[in-house]
Amino acid sequence: MTDQSPLLSVKDLHAWYDESHVLHGVNLEVARGETVTILGRNGVGKTSTLRAIMGIMRKRIGDIHFDGQDLMRLPLHHTARTGIGYVPEERGIFATLTVEENLILPPVVSKNGMSVAEIYDLFPNLLERRTSAGTKLSGGEQQMLAMARMLRTGAQMLILDEPTEGLAPVIVQRIGEVLQTLKQRGMTILLVEQNFRFASKIADRFYLMEHGAVTTGFDVADLPDRMDMLHEVLGV
Amino acid sequence: MTMIFGIPLQAFLGQLLVGLINGSFYAMLSLGLAIIFGLLRVINFAHGAQYMMGAFAGFLLLSWLGINYWFALILGPVIVGLSGAVVERFALSRLYKLDHLYGLLFTFGLALVIEGGFRYFYGSSGQPYATPALLSGGVNLGFMYMPIYRGWVVVASLVVCIGTWLLIEKTKLGSYLRAATENPVLVQSFGINVPLLLTLTYALGAGLAALAGILAAPIYQVSPLMGSNLIIVVFAIVVVGGMGSIMGAIVTGYMLGILEGLTKVFYPEASNIVIFVIMAIVLLVRPAGLFGRDA
Amino acid sequence: MTELTLNKQQDLQAQRIQLGLLAVGIVALVIVPFFLYPVFLMKVLCFALFACAFNLLLGYTGLLSFGHAAFFGGASYFTAHAIKEWGFPPEAGILVGVVGAAFLGLVMGFFAIRRQGIYFAMITLALAQMFYFFCVQAPFTKGEDGLQAVPRGYFLGIVDLGQPLNMYFFVLMVFMIGIFIIWRIIHSPFGMILRSIRENENRAISLGYSVRAYKLGAFVMSAALTGLAGAVKALVFQFATLTDVAWQMSGEVILMTLLGGIGTIFGPVIGAGFVVTLQNYLAASGFPVTVVTGLIFMVCVLLFRRGIVGEFNASRLGARLGLRSKN
Repeated sequence: MTDQSPLLSVKDLHAWYDESHVLHGVNLEVARGETVTILGRNGVGKTSTLRAIMGIMRKRIGDIHFDGQDLMRLPLHHTARTGIGYVPEERGIFATLTVEENLILPPVVSKNGMSVAEIYDLFPNLLERRTSAGTKLSGGEQQMLAMARMLRTGAQMLILDEPTEGLAPVIVQRIGEVLQTLKQRGMTILLVEQNFRFASKIADRFYLMEHGAVTTGFDVADLPDRMDMLHEVLGV
Repeated sequence: MTMIFGIPLQAFLGQLLVGLINGSFYAMLSLGLAIIFGLLRVINFAHGAQYMMGAFAGFLLLSWLGINYWFALILGPVIVGLSGAVVERFALSRLYKLDHLYGLLFTFGLALVIEGGFRYFYGSSGQPYATPALLSGGVNLGFMYMPIYRGWVVVASLVVCIGTWLLIEKTKLGSYLRAATENPVLVQSFGINVPLLLTLTYALGAGLAALAGILAAPIYQVSPLMGSNLIIVVFAIVVVGGMGSIMGAIVTGYMLGILEGLTKVFYPEASNIVIFVIMAIVLLVRPAGLFGRDA
Repeated sequence: MTELTLNKQQDLQAQRIQLGLLAVGIVALVIVPFFLYPVFLMKVLCFALFACAFNLLLGYTGLLSFGHAAFFGGASYFTAHAIKEWGFPPEAGILVGVVGAAFLGLVMGFFAIRRQGIYFAMITLALAQMFYFFCVQAPFTKGEDGLQAVPRGYFLGIVDLGQPLNMYFFVLMVFMIGIFIIWRIIHSPFGMILRSIRENENRAISLGYSVRAYKLGAFVMSAALTGLAGAVKALVFQFATLTDVAWQMSGEVILMTLLGGIGTIFGPVIGAGFVVTLQNYLAASGFPVTVVTGLIFMVCVLLFRRGIVGEFNASRLGARLGLRSKN
């Protein structure tokens, strides 16, 4: 039985950070196996969108469905169990845990996850450094670790918040390769990215956010036609 | 007679042992405080009351139900831990979003209620709790006479402290705890039930205090106020150690207990303030505490 | 009419109402000793001043001290000793208590302000406990017995404080002077800076204020005013004992302030009145006071953090009287 409905659908999502209203009706969909990138300037609500989907931002109204389940009703620690793996912007590597402890921290949610051995094959650096403290890793290695630990859980979808931020070009390229590998394995990916060149290589579809809402969405094939508009809105 | 610094060796070693015993209790109590503070950001003022509850649990289990010391050693911490879980679930968990001082004030009120309640029913005077038969008597070590029970307390507290340290540093549950201490929201977003972890942590801390209380019962008398002055000393110890590290709390506890014992030998008048004096010195020299990571 | 002038008018009206309330309060305090036991009222006034002095630190600087018993009980001892052993007149004896408490505050504050928040609370508690042990051992406190039968003497050599009503009005005068000083401190530029430290310490530092000096200043002032309350209390009851330096006393003043309303001028007065009345009532009933005190503590923290006056000010009636805090 194939399911034609999107894996993730977000409708009219509003969210507040303390008293300030930061999301003003976000609408987006991600189909199974698709890679979608959210573009937008700083402060338009990209990170807030991801945090509201995960349920980290609790002051929210609207509708979020993932794989047939209503995420609005779930407590924070149940969101991941529906099969979403979240890689935050600040990476969230724990200083008091070793690399391996960091890797095996998130609970496994389905049988489809990679084994620790497979992950070490994909990220040989992590194997070498498995007993060092998590934050002793370089920025690039920490990003790899933040992604790797979500692969072990068997999540159906990865949510990545600016995975290339502040990293050297060679590392960015490596992250691109890893994401391509995951795509080929059928992973669904929702990505927030400022690095437009990087995003254009891996995304199937884009959403553009302005002022706390999605203003437009288009396929990667339409990208050339949209370049002028994007240059203007993003200032790239 | 052998003398050391002009003090008879006997007296010196005797006070050293007393210091080590006190240090054992300090270490267990500051360990529990540090664990609770690390995750919940609550200074558990009721820690002394929970220590007292542990001792009373032992005393009441014996006098009401005839349950002996060894079973009480397990049952007491479980009972007190459960009561702690209830407190965390229904009260403390509502305070996490507020200024941390409210947690301190709430547990202060809780300590008053518990201690006041026990005093109402059992009076201020202590109840004796007999040393278990297996551990009564003493051995002559050649240079001094050591009651077996005191030796047992030192060994038991070392086992408890090291065991707790291993639990936190080397197990999966411990890695949840450490991670949640750093960033609870992210850990919960990974699918770990952090609210439950908080409840368990408070129960663990309260249970540790109760265990210390039962261990203390045969040495000190079981009295409603046995924990109320002790907790203030333990606070000072925690300030000296800094609450950043579990091992730091343990080491500081033993160290200051021994130092206090030695003060009794050399300058007895200062023995009940020496820990406070050390706290003041540490605040001047290293305000974050000996093992503290926070500024 | 512009909104600004409207606000100004409302402010003026609110001010008038507040002054009216204040006048009613003062009149009540003047006539009440003819109806209630003066000793009870004097006790309330002493604790009310104590709580207000404590609130200067907690409510207006954001520092929770768990060691104010040292200043309260310490001043009691100093005053009692100066009057009984040195034969000082009451006003000089009280001065000794105040100066002694201020000095204690300077020493304790010097250590305590090195840490913030919860640590500050624990450090003040530990240092006060150290002072308690000192009082237990020092000969001048007479140990468990305390200093008994302290003569009240003659105020300025004329007014016989042995007369209950004379004593009452003396205490009322000291109380009002104390409250006035606190009011002046809060509304001075110094008080503004204290509040900005409470709101955001880092910002105050980055604005160039020497936050530590201000905190220490507030701590010493609070200690001195607490000493004033403790000194007068020693004179009222004519004794000084270990009860007033014990940590329970530090807890009591926190409760009075919390119950009445942290950061309100008259909250601690109401809180002190409530707690002292309750204690008197319970002492007669034989029900354990600490259990009730502890329960009130827990309920306040869980459900009632603004306290009586805070809740009243935030209520609709409070808003109409212009008492609700702006912003």
